[in-house]
Amino acid sequence: MHAGIIFFLVILGSVLFHIFTPWYWTDVASNWGGMDDTITLTFWVGGGVFVAVCLFMVYCVFKFSYKEDRKAEYKPEDKKLERILTWTTTLGVAALLAPGLIIWNQFISVPKNAIEIDVMAWQWGWQYRLPGEDGKLGTTQVTNINDNNPFGINLDDPYGKDDVMVQTDVINLENNRPVKILLRSVDVLHNWYVPQFRAKMDAVPGIVTYYWFEPNKTGEYEVLCAEYCGVGHYAMRGGVVVQDNQDYENWLQEQETFSDLMAKQKLLETGETKLAKK
Amino acid sequence: MSEDYNDNKTIQAQSSETISGSGSGVSPDIDYVRPAEIPEQDLYHGHSFITKWVFCQDAKVIGVQYFLLATFTGIIGLILSWLMRLQLGFPELASFMTAEHYYQFVTMHGMIMVVYFLTALFLGGFGNFLIPLMVGARDMVFPYLNMVSFWMFFIAVGVLLASFFVPGGPTGSGWTLYPPQAILEGTPGSGMGIMLMCISLILFVAGFTMGGLNYLITVLQARTRGMTLMRMPLTVWGIFTATVLAMLAFPALLVGALMMSLDNILGTSFFMPTILKAGEVLEYGGGSPILFQHLFWFFGHPEVYIVALPAFGIISDLISVHARKNIFGYRMMVWAIVGIGALSFFVWAHHMYVSGMNPWFGFFFATTTLIIAVPTAMKVYNWILTLWRGNIRLNTVMLWCLGFIVTFVNGGITGIFLGNVTVDVPLSDTYFVIAHFHMVMGIAPLMVIMGAVYHWFPLVAGRFLDEKLGKWHFWLTFLGAYSIYFPMHYLGFIGVPRRYFEMYDSPYMTSAVGMNEFISMAAFIVGAAQFILIYNIIRALKIGKPSGHNPWKACSLEWLTPSVPPEHGNWGERLPVVHRWAYDYSVPGAKEDFITQTTPPSDVANTEVEKT
Repeated sequence: MHAGIIFFLVILGSVLFHIFTPWYWTDVASNWGGMDDTITLTFWVGGGVFVAVCLFMVYCVFKFSYKEDRKAEYKPEDKKLERILTWTTTLGVAALLAPGLIIWNQFISVPKNAIEIDVMAWQWGWQYRLPGEDGKLGTTQVTNINDNNPFGINLDDPYGKDDVMVQTDVINLENNRPVKILLRSVDVLHNWYVPQFRAKMDAVPGIVTYYWFEPNKTGEYEVLCAEYCGVGHYAMRGGVVVQDNQDYENWLQEQETFSDLMAKQKLLETGETKLAKK
Repeated sequence: MSEDYNDNKTIQAQSSETISGSGSGVSPDIDYVRPAEIPEQDLYHGHSFITKWVFCQDAKVIGVQYFLLATFTGIIGLILSWLMRLQLGFPELASFMTAEHYYQFVTMHGMIMVVYFLTALFLGGFGNFLIPLMVGARDMVFPYLNMVSFWMFFIAVGVLLASFFVPGGPTGSGWTLYPPQAILEGTPGSGMGIMLMCISLILFVAGFTMGGLNYLITVLQARTRGMTLMRMPLTVWGIFTATVLAMLAFPALLVGALMMSLDNILGTSFFMPTILKAGEVLEYGGGSPILFQHLFWFFGHPEVYIVALPAFGIISDLISVHARKNIFGYRMMVWAIVGIGALSFFVWAHHMYVSGMNPWFGFFFATTTLIIAVPTAMKVYNWILTLWRGNIRLNTVMLWCLGFIVTFVNGGITGIFLGNVTVDVPLSDTYFVIAHFHMVMGIAPLMVIMGAVYHWFPLVAGRFLDEKLGKWHFWLTFLGAYSIYFPMHYLGFIGVPRRYFEMYDSPYMTSAVGMNEFISMAAFIVGAAQFILIYNIIRALKIGKPSGHNPWKACSLEWLTPSVPPEHGNWGERLPVVHRWAYDYSVPGAKEDFITQTTPPSDVANTEVEKT
């Protein structure tokens, strides 16, 4: 009997914990509120099943605990009951799956007006590249990367020249403008994850992966690496600043482009050769 | 000696028709069971200590050996988890621990618990002990191979543990061993550690294949007369199906480990693309890290069911025996086990929704994953419907069963979160995942193991484990483990990523400090509570209450051996003959509330027993 009571309290405690928990998701700051809705739906359906199954079990413990003179029912099968349960479960599962697939379809269909951002990861840090005035990112190659070309941009690619380079781990984004994150890594797996944006995707060396979101709350957010990448994984943080249009434009103006960088390098080099000649 | 034995059996096999044909009773024909088609197997009987207890060919002893060695590695896994929880809850007390150590502990804890503890224990331990007894065989069909299987496992464990002592220590690449980081500097144990891990896994798979062939062929070929497939206890169905899965899934792990070893040692590039490390381009190129993930999870997901299916089977039997009621919907249960087993090969990439694989796969794998929820839910319904109108003994075994139902349903439901591709995106790689899989394939199977230990200990040792200690053990474990993993889901909702050595002071993590301390405390208690079982076992071996024959009044064959504990060869002179399924409990009209599988129909002619 005591066992039944304790099991009942465990179920009750679980429900109360869920209602009163101080630990819950952060306010969503992107368009992926739909993911939260799917979670909430799954909570109601799944939580309902959990509570129902466990309460039924507790009821049985109370009602049918051992008595010498009682005989259990002998009924190997009940086709009808089994059929009803199978179809109800199938329906319930389908009801959870459908919204999930719909939102997944949105997740993998990137809007045309999304700004592409190159997020480059390594052990252990991030840096970012934005398209310049031509609106296109230049192509890259890992083997091109060096001090003068931190992103490994192909020098013969005309789109690369005006790319905006953000060589810190903090990136600014424009509020209410969809972003397509293009992820790449030069060494191992990483994952660029901002809990408030909900979305995430691994950065895989050798290929470019992507996902998209639309930030909808200005503010500063923390970036966490969400795929284990070696001993510095836990320290691989970054930042995002979501700004209104004007602030964002101001910030963008201050950033250096690839041609700026190359010009600077050239100046430096010629300076050095002049110095050497003297 | 063994020849005598064999002669005996051959005679019996020939004369069996007459024996059953002229049985005592009302109607001789209804007791007829087809005669055996092949003579009985020849057994090797050990003579010395070494051949009886060390290099032993008796499946029961091998089962116990597997059990003990798996438990030993499990205790190492437990201690590693304590160290991890110390770091996460009370980092100021764990100043001796570096990030390298932490990741090594995480990795070894995961691999030990999944492969060397749970898999070895369920299949090697329970499989060896129970299959021959439950299907009415004298032993596994290849006893020598069976012995070699255990010793391969022994060597595999040795190699695994040796990696703690090599330069660089064991691998710290996470139990998933994802390249490229697993074999690159920047991950602890990227040289010797990962190499030994791969070798150990290869040895484990080789040894396991030997054991697995035994389980399969014993079930298919060595069942006793009358033991049709649809009369087998669900325990055997669970272990059998899990072994089929293992035979098909482990090769993927084997080639994954081999290919990664080649990348590591010979510099091939199966999984290695062009990589820039510390400003230098390494001599790799063209490989695909995602290929490894496909291989790993093609093994890794069935692996979940390799652990779960035996647990499903065992729990069905325990519930049925102790609720004094037939398992509800036996045929549905069998088909659910087989169906889950088959489906488990089509869901692997739900571990990879955010891995960077083609996102269109998400639709397919989310659908297959949610389909698998249907047969799984049917099993849960049938367990609780078995309790319904039963006559439930609330003993320690039943408590573990009830604990299993709560934790399994909880973990199953969170599996629906993670399987549904959209919901997985925010939750994957967070503590939600940790909480989910510990609940569903850590705690729930552990509940089954414990229930099984309390249930079958009398068969192994001829004595009962102490009930009072057992109840303490149960409540501490169940309540403790539940309070570790239930709140942990909510850390995942906040967004706390897994595999973080330190949380720092991110705004949405500082609030979790209190919870981490609480979880760590609970983890220490739950771990310590397991030593109650060890004490209980040692105590019971010395002064436990003798159990006698069939103490739980069970129907299935393993309790019907002439001597308890059963001797080598299990059945004395004559193999049992089976007339019914293993679940004829509380049959109306029967004298007692159980009818054993060997009871001939003529003995229960005036009861309402259904034909099985």
